[in-house]
Amino acid sequence: MSALEMAFTSRVGRKVAARAGLHEPPVLRRGRTYPGGPIVLATLGASRLGADTLALLGRPYEAPVIDSGGDEVPGYGDRIGALVVDATDLNRLSDLEALRAVLRPALRGLEASGSVVILGRPPAGDWEQRAVTRALDGIDRTVGKELRRGATSNLIHVDPEAGPLELASTLEFLLHGRSAFVDGQTWTVAPAVDTPAPSERPLSGRTIVVTGAARGIGAAIARTLARDGASIVAVDVPPAGESLAAVANEIAGTALQLDITAPDAGARIAAHVAGRGEGLYGIVHNAGITRDKLLANTDAQRWASVLEVNLVAQMRINETLLTPGLPGGLIDGGRIVGVASTSGLAGNKGQANYAASKAGVAGLVAAMAPDLAARRITSNAVAPGFIETDMTARIPFVQREIFRRANSLGQGGRPIDVAETIGYLLDPASQGVTGQVVRVCGQNVVGA
Amino acid sequence: MNHTVVVVGGNRTPFAKAGGALREASNHDLMTAAIDGLVARYGLAGTRVGEVAGGAVLKHPHDFNLTREAVLSSALAPETPACDLQQACATGLEATMYLANKIALGQLTHGIAAGADSTSDAPITVSGEMQRTLHAASRARSAQARVKAFSRLRPSHLAPLAPRVEEPRTGLSMGEHQAITGTRWGITREEQDDIALASHRNLAAAWDDGFFDDLVTPFLGLAKDAILRPDTTLEALARLRPVFGGEHGTMTAGNSTALSDGAAAVLLADADWAAEQGLPALARVVDAEVAAVDHPGGADLLLAPVAATGRLLARQGLTIGDIDLIEIHEAFASTVAATLKAWEDADHCRSVGLDGPIGAIDRSRLNVTGSSLAVGHPFAATGARIVPTLAKLLHARGPGSRGLISMCAAGGQGLVAILEAV
Ligand SMILES: NC(=O)c1ccc[n+]([C@@H]2O[C@H](COP(=O)([O-])OP(=O)(O)OC[C@H]3O[C@@H](n4cnc5c(N)ncnc54)[C@H](O)[C@@H]3O)[C@@H](O)[C@H]2O)c1
Repeated sequence: MSALEMAFTSRVGRKVAARAGLHEPPVLRRGRTYPGGPIVLATLGASRLGADTLALLGRPYEAPVIDSGGDEVPGYGDRIGALVVDATDLNRLSDLEALRAVLRPALRGLEASGSVVILGRPPAGDWEQRAVTRALDGIDRTVGKELRRGATSNLIHVDPEAGPLELASTLEFLLHGRSAFVDGQTWTVAPAVDTPAPSERPLSGRTIVVTGAARGIGAAIARTLARDGASIVAVDVPPAGESLAAVANEIAGTALQLDITAPDAGARIAAHVAGRGEGLYGIVHNAGITRDKLLANTDAQRWASVLEVNLVAQMRINETLLTPGLPGGLIDGGRIVGVASTSGLAGNKGQANYAASKAGVAGLVAAMAPDLAARRITSNAVAPGFIETDMTARIPFVQREIFRRANSLGQGGRPIDVAETIGYLLDPASQGVTGQVVRVCGQNVVGA
Repeated sequence: MNHTVVVVGGNRTPFAKAGGALREASNHDLMTAAIDGLVARYGLAGTRVGEVAGGAVLKHPHDFNLTREAVLSSALAPETPACDLQQACATGLEATMYLANKIALGQLTHGIAAGADSTSDAPITVSGEMQRTLHAASRARSAQARVKAFSRLRPSHLAPLAPRVEEPRTGLSMGEHQAITGTRWGITREEQDDIALASHRNLAAAWDDGFFDDLVTPFLGLAKDAILRPDTTLEALARLRPVFGGEHGTMTAGNSTALSDGAAAVLLADADWAAEQGLPALARVVDAEVAAVDHPGGADLLLAPVAATGRLLARQGLTIGDIDLIEIHEAFASTVAATLKAWEDADHCRSVGLDGPIGAIDRSRLNVTGSSLAVGHPFAATGARIVPTLAKLLHARGPGSRGLISMCAAGGQGLVAILEAV
């Protein structure tokens, strides 16, 4: 900790900061927990999707308070925990008024760490319909920015062919504290066959490889997936073996000391899994490095090392693990999750190599998704924003404090936030979620 | 032997010189680390292992239940029983055979053999006078009596006694004994330096290949064997001064093992049980033989493994030519050279009760990933280091490949074992 940082985090320092407008950020609701207050469902039209999905999740819901349009805002009385807006029937620009009318009272009535979830359709139809689709996105992002005290807003595009079973895991995730740091995002739920209903320990009896598991986000992923029942193969480079073993032992998993850039890394992962008489349900490509320099100063070595670890290695490993019939390879109905980064998607000064690799991850999972659909293997990515880890602790303090606060939740995320989102993507109940990139960034101001 | 016993795999800490990167670790810490890395590799956390057998050579009084205490500190279920064993430098291999025999008899389905030694944390004892005074003072009932007890102390009583590394019956260190053997067998300086160089070269190459990725887990920030000198040369070795055998001696710090810190562990299992559990099997534990030479009557303190090797091969109906890989513990390069000469020497072999010479070997089959000269030799750990190393090498060569481990130990003892790839 630098002297500046120590002064800033001292009690006096915190008071001075508060007077300067830097408030202590809210403590977010986390874990497999629903909001404390009631869930309100607003259905704009005749759709049954929101109602049926909440019923499937066993969640009771209440009718919305509707604003009449005047200066007086009708209140909710007691605070509400969440607002789910089923806007899947919303097609005309004039219909947007109905959305305003349910959002206005809710924005004032939402509890701390409450959730707004808007259900819409993927872009399709006539000009006006597509304009409406995009308008919903703008509304969602604005709601995310206006909500205070850790509350979030997200928009889900539900394919017309997808039903409550496909949507359930996503709605559960967004209502749960697991999505604490996911805010202002939009992604799609598609139709899928054989989607099971959500459950408490969805990964029970499933073997999942987590790379870069010795510390930081990777260790949190391993712990969180183990909590949800998974048997973890924790992978990290041999020099990180001591902490890797500690993580593996803590969660009764196994440790595999392996540099993922080794040409035979995929084969060694498969051999490890097969050697234990198991099939591989999922792999989380979390291992990653940064070698920051302005592009003007980036030599071939810096360029190659980042691309190799962050992108090329995982592509090679996927190819091996997807070999049909390979003992220890990915089973049908399996899962691939990549870890991108908001600074990769948005571009970031001094990180051309990193941005290339992380945007590449987003491209890769989207490209694989349709090709793997026949085997019911989904491929998705998370894109973390600023997460408090050893990696970000190396950023100079002032810059770190700015990054940390540059989002709608006014704080850095925790490794568990990324881990929970990955757990959601790995859930067998998330069969309809594929080819998606979910940002875990508290609605970072950086990037689209 | 009713049950087939297999080596599932192993784990060790990197080894370091006394006073090096592992100097703060006790025997307990080292053994716990070796076990925990093994537990992580094979997913044993929270499970009850049949039995853990292990030991250390340099023990503190508080190490009396070392292995059980290490188990309790490890990620294994606390219901895992353990016992301490010790056979000097052969401890790790003796612990392996103890468990292998129990598994073969059906008394256990699986077990962990371990060995640890910290020469950095070697016990320092006080003189007998000092010890008697301290006991008397603690029994004293008055301050006066306590003062009186201490008044008997003389300055010479205060000097601590360093750990004894010499043979109690001869007062000679092991190196001095080996120097006598080396002279008797005409072992040259060049032969010894060649063996030392090969040990470093082979170990360095194995590290470069990633051979140890699933055999070693870093400890206290140390990720690789610290004694290894990948760039050493014959010239550099030739410049070292003799440390044993007087000023014309041939044994140097380069061709003798360094005092080391480290620990190793081996997972052994009934072959059927391992298959049921989805655990890999590298090699079968075939058989072992222990031997001792006349001591102090005999001349070659460290050549007891010769008789053990001959008897073991005969019992198994094998000749040395049937053995694909040979691991001779490098206590000193001179020990390895003398052992190989003794194997070829018909008279010597007959003198230890064998029918004839064991025979010559192709050196390219010897210690192919290096041995104690380059790795280091934390006494009790070495056997538990060699067993999984050899098992992995044999497994890579394919089913049926055979390997032999020869370990010399203090007191003129030797333990030899055979593994066969499955
Ligand atoms: N921390 C953040 O704010 C943040 C933001 C966006 C994205 N990410 C991404 O999240 C992932 C984890 O980040 P973190 O902050 O926990 O980083 P970290 O540096 O703390 O951990 C990364 C782990 O990956 C391992 N690793 C590196 N190269 C490897 C290789 N070749 N083979 C095997 N393992 C290897 C490292 O040893 C380390 O244990 C990375 O992909 C990173 O780019 C992090």
